[in-house]
Amino acid sequence: MSIRKSRDWFSPDYMDQKPKKGASHGLHPLDNYLRKDRIPHIWCPGCGLGITLNAYLRALKDSGIAPENTAVVSGIGCSGRAAGYVDVDSFHVTHGRAIPFATGLKVGNRDLVTTVFSGDGDLFAIGGNHFIHAARRNVDFNVICVNNFNYGMTGGQAGPTTPTEAETSTTPWGGFEQPFNLPAVAAGAGAVYVARWTTYHVEELIKSLKEALDKKGFCFIEILSPCPTGYGRKVGLKTGVTTMRYFKENCEVKNDADPTDVALDPKDPKSKIIVGKFIDREAPTYQDERGKVFEAARSKLGVK
Amino acid sequence: MEPGVHFMDGNTACAEGAIAAGCTFFAGYPITPASEILERIANRFPEIHGSYLQMEDELASITAILGASWAGRKAMTATSGPGFSLMMENYGLGLMTETPCVIANVMRGGPSTGLPTKVAQGDVMQTRWGTHGDVGVIVLVPSSPQEMFDLTIEAFNMSEKYRLPVIVLSDEMVSHMTEKVEIPPKEELNIIDRKKPKDPPSEFLPFCPDEDLVPPMANAGEGYSVHVTGLTHDEEGHPSVDEKTQNRLVTRLIDKIRKNADDILKYDEYKTDDADMIIVAYGSVYRAATEAVDMARDQGYKVGLLRPITIWPFPEERIYDLARNGTKTFLVAEINFGQIVFEVERCTAGSAKTYLAPKMGGSIHTPEEIMERIVAINQEKIPDFKE
Repeated sequence: MSIRKSRDWFSPDYMDQKPKKGASHGLHPLDNYLRKDRIPHIWCPGCGLGITLNAYLRALKDSGIAPENTAVVSGIGCSGRAAGYVDVDSFHVTHGRAIPFATGLKVGNRDLVTTVFSGDGDLFAIGGNHFIHAARRNVDFNVICVNNFNYGMTGGQAGPTTPTEAETSTTPWGGFEQPFNLPAVAAGAGAVYVARWTTYHVEELIKSLKEALDKKGFCFIEILSPCPTGYGRKVGLKTGVTTMRYFKENCEVKNDADPTDVALDPKDPKSKIIVGKFIDREAPTYQDERGKVFEAARSKLGVK
Repeated sequence: MEPGVHFMDGNTACAEGAIAAGCTFFAGYPITPASEILERIANRFPEIHGSYLQMEDELASITAILGASWAGRKAMTATSGPGFSLMMENYGLGLMTETPCVIANVMRGGPSTGLPTKVAQGDVMQTRWGTHGDVGVIVLVPSSPQEMFDLTIEAFNMSEKYRLPVIVLSDEMVSHMTEKVEIPPKEELNIIDRKKPKDPPSEFLPFCPDEDLVPPMANAGEGYSVHVTGLTHDEEGHPSVDEKTQNRLVTRLIDKIRKNADDILKYDEYKTDDADMIIVAYGSVYRAATEAVDMARDQGYKVGLLRPITIWPFPEERIYDLARNGTKTFLVAEINFGQIVFEVERCTAGSAKTYLAPKMGGSIHTPEEIMERIVAINQEKIPDFKE
């Protein structure tokens, strides 16, 4: 024996533990796309994540892409839990790293229609660097950013999208940082498809998600979403319904708007919100470009 | 690459070993003294239809290879200390999600930016305990360009067999040394691929182990609809906050290395049969230590040499046996202020004395320096490690 055995007494019996695979509870029209035994989900009453996940799955169903050719990658946070509910190959990775994981997955198998489903803190604070570089490379996957203006899961702290003067649990005296204008970040970094909707704009959102699923290249969709528990209760949006009503009354659809003009007013958490599809352009993807260069290299080297 | 005898540096040999092992995905970020691995891969990958990605940092590099591994590729990254520190986060994700891949860490002087162009061995404990939580790991330490080739293949094999990120722990000296490297014909290489599921998707439990404690692996896109999470998870892959699940999972992750150690463990011995004193050295220092053993033997000292090739798992039982069967002293020569020396001292369990020949990095020990220690220990001029 090569290793001393003093810790063997501690080991459980692994073989005895084989459970049965989870069973269906099956009533929902999207049951085929959900890990049914994982429902009910962990999200709070009034949270927008259910609507968002529903919209993504409807878009997936409408697009006709087979679930076995689909992958979902999430980071950490409330949105990160989405990967745990979808019945496709799904990856719930480390905080901020959904995008590089998806990059490896997609470049590793280009047949996988890959979607990153995560939150604003995950994608733009800890994961911001990965976001801009994946957009720059134009890797062929979609990024859905559920923006609830705060770190919800950890208890409503300020993040990179929190409106400047909003009170949060880490800005108890009011905030003072400038938030990101996410569509402008995405467009500036090179995304070929950029849209913003809210959880109120379900039909438009499904349409955008379907377009993104069908489109080659790095597609970005920001979804403004209620977080009554973490964010809303401190800024006068105390329930999901009040936030939805706020979205309904304060949004203005402006397709093709310049993304640099769609910043949410950082001074006013209740300001006018511009939504719409802002960018839809064609550009060669990372894999197309690399394919060309490598093909030329092979012909120079005289190999197939 | 053509089989036969080549003249190449350690980093190039590492890249060639990866290609020989079937690596078709590499993501990396340039860093001294590991960059030649990236450069060689970038140069060679078009001909083997591989994917080389130059990432934005080391966090992305290791995470991308985890993604690629789940896409079914054999994947690798390479780095040095500062990048390796960044990789600790997703090294942990790879261990937790049982993702096969290989990380080459070419050690340089630290801490922090340290000595970018010069040798050290300060990352040994980081490979073992650098990521948070309890883990079982496999780390291979090459001592020559030939071993950079051979052990990179071995690292891929171990990673596929036991489903974890395996580290090739080189150092600047081994990586930048140019020597003869013999590349065997393809048919002579032993290449191991990950186990595939036997159960149909409706019954397959992606984290339910076989007898060897390793679960078969379904790649993404194969219709198994796997869920993979860094959270504590049950056999189905679903997150759990249950203490029993945590106990079962984490113990298995450690035990799949411990209980398979007979298969994993590798070490070399030189003139240990009648030795009163055994030098323990690894990586580039092993080469100087071999010379020191010969010098000591010429002067009548009964000295031998034990070299861990897998530094993790560590040859615990062998050191315990040697200590109880005639070896009176162990001298650990390493380019740090004592890391493996603690392991050696622990494994002797009080049956032998343990001494240290430290060095803080910049160069390796000379055989003469090690020889001086041997003489001083024999003359009882330096204290035992315990004191």
